[in-house]
Amino acid sequence: MLENLQEIFSSPHYTNTLPFLWRGMQLTLLVTFVGVFIGFIIGSFIGLMRLSKNKVIYGIATVYIEAFRGTPILVQALFLYFGFSDFLGINFTAIQAGILVIALNAGAYIAEIVRGGVESIDKGQMEAGRSMGMTSTQTMRYIIWPQAFKRMIPPLGNQFIISLKDTSIFAVISLGEMTYLMRQYVSTTGDPFVPYIMLCLGYLIITIPSMVILRRVERRLDV
Amino acid sequence: MITVKDLHKSFGDNEVLSGIDAQVEEREVVCVIGPSGSGKSTFLRCMNMLEEITSGEVIIDGESLTDPKTNINKLRAQVGMVFQHFNLFPHMTVMENVTLGPRKVSSKDKAEADQLAKALLDKVGLADKAQAYPGSLSGGQKQRVAIARALAMNPKVMLFDEPTSALDPELVGDVLGVMKDLAKEGMTMVVVTHEMGFAREMGDRVIFMDKGVIQEEGKPEQIFDNPQNERTQSFLSKLL
Repeated sequence: MLENLQEIFSSPHYTNTLPFLWRGMQLTLLVTFVGVFIGFIIGSFIGLMRLSKNKVIYGIATVYIEAFRGTPILVQALFLYFGFSDFLGINFTAIQAGILVIALNAGAYIAEIVRGGVESIDKGQMEAGRSMGMTSTQTMRYIIWPQAFKRMIPPLGNQFIISLKDTSIFAVISLGEMTYLMRQYVSTTGDPFVPYIMLCLGYLIITIPSMVILRRVERRLDV
Repeated sequence: MITVKDLHKSFGDNEVLSGIDAQVEEREVVCVIGPSGSGKSTFLRCMNMLEEITSGEVIIDGESLTDPKTNINKLRAQVGMVFQHFNLFPHMTVMENVTLGPRKVSSKDKAEADQLAKALLDKVGLADKAQAYPGSLSGGQKQRVAIARALAMNPKVMLFDEPTSALDPELVGDVLGVMKDLAKEGMTMVVVTHEMGFAREMGDRVIFMDKGVIQEEGKPEQIFDNPQNERTQSFLSKLL
């Protein structure tokens, strides 16, 4: 036991893992940022479709949301990366597949955030806009959306953190993000303890400041 | 200016308006009174299609609201609406609230819209609040901004849906003052109100509604001093 402890403190892995962590973190961040950004665009459309009175549009949006929220993201990644390429002959790179899975998956959750945000705006706002002769699109754009977006910021921040952690499952499609590189490191050195501590720290370095910023923004927005 | 023919409105199985016929002439001020649940607000909201009309017809300045060929947005721009709860846009300054319609609907440029808004804010006595946000205003100030916002569309008719009901008593006077000025300028107005003093003083005609129909209408003196309908009598007696 004591011997083990000593080994842990003098382990060479603290510094040796750093280049891998750094390389992996760049990919983790790239996939998360691009994925969540595209996910926000998807989510905005799907979320507004969920508010439609047209049953077909509403139905499409509902099926999309339930399909992606009802299946594990790991399965979605396997399906897209292996299943799709086999069946349709589309060969995604691991990075493309990763970004796409994050975008589609986060898009489903963001759609519900968007719907909730828009629904939370008093219906008198829409009536005031329409009574001035604005179209429903104009009213949405100038009156409802700016107010709803403010309320969406905290849950969007949470979704960003969730998606960031979700990228770790892309190790299974050999996307060279943090978790994948650290697993490779462990399998070459045969020493798991310290490298995986470093991996946890690698995620915390991003998530903790994100949460602090998020809380500060929340307080400033008064939500 | 406004003709309402056999207007019916139902929410599901619940019929709120059961056949309303009414006429509002140009430059006329018509006050609609009645107990809550009588359908008076719904009646008003049908006049700019904020409520879908179940059956019957509303014609504004020769155009039928229910005609599918009518451009409803264009027609609404000519019918100003003031709400009980103001419905100002909280993320915009007072100035932006008032200029939004002229800029986006009437396609005026910023300078022109600003000039118009300044004149209107001056008219409602709030020129100094142009850069304030609605959240910092009192209820009476908010309602006066809402009136300026509606006037910015240069409407042919103004609809008021209980404009003073959400206000503290001491702030009611300011809003009524602005409305009186408007009436004196010859604005065509339909006012759903509980302010019997206003109805008596400014109304050219008073409509008493109950149970989804017009029970009685006439000059204010006639309705208030010599009501014929039993329901009108009982409603007014409860107020005094």
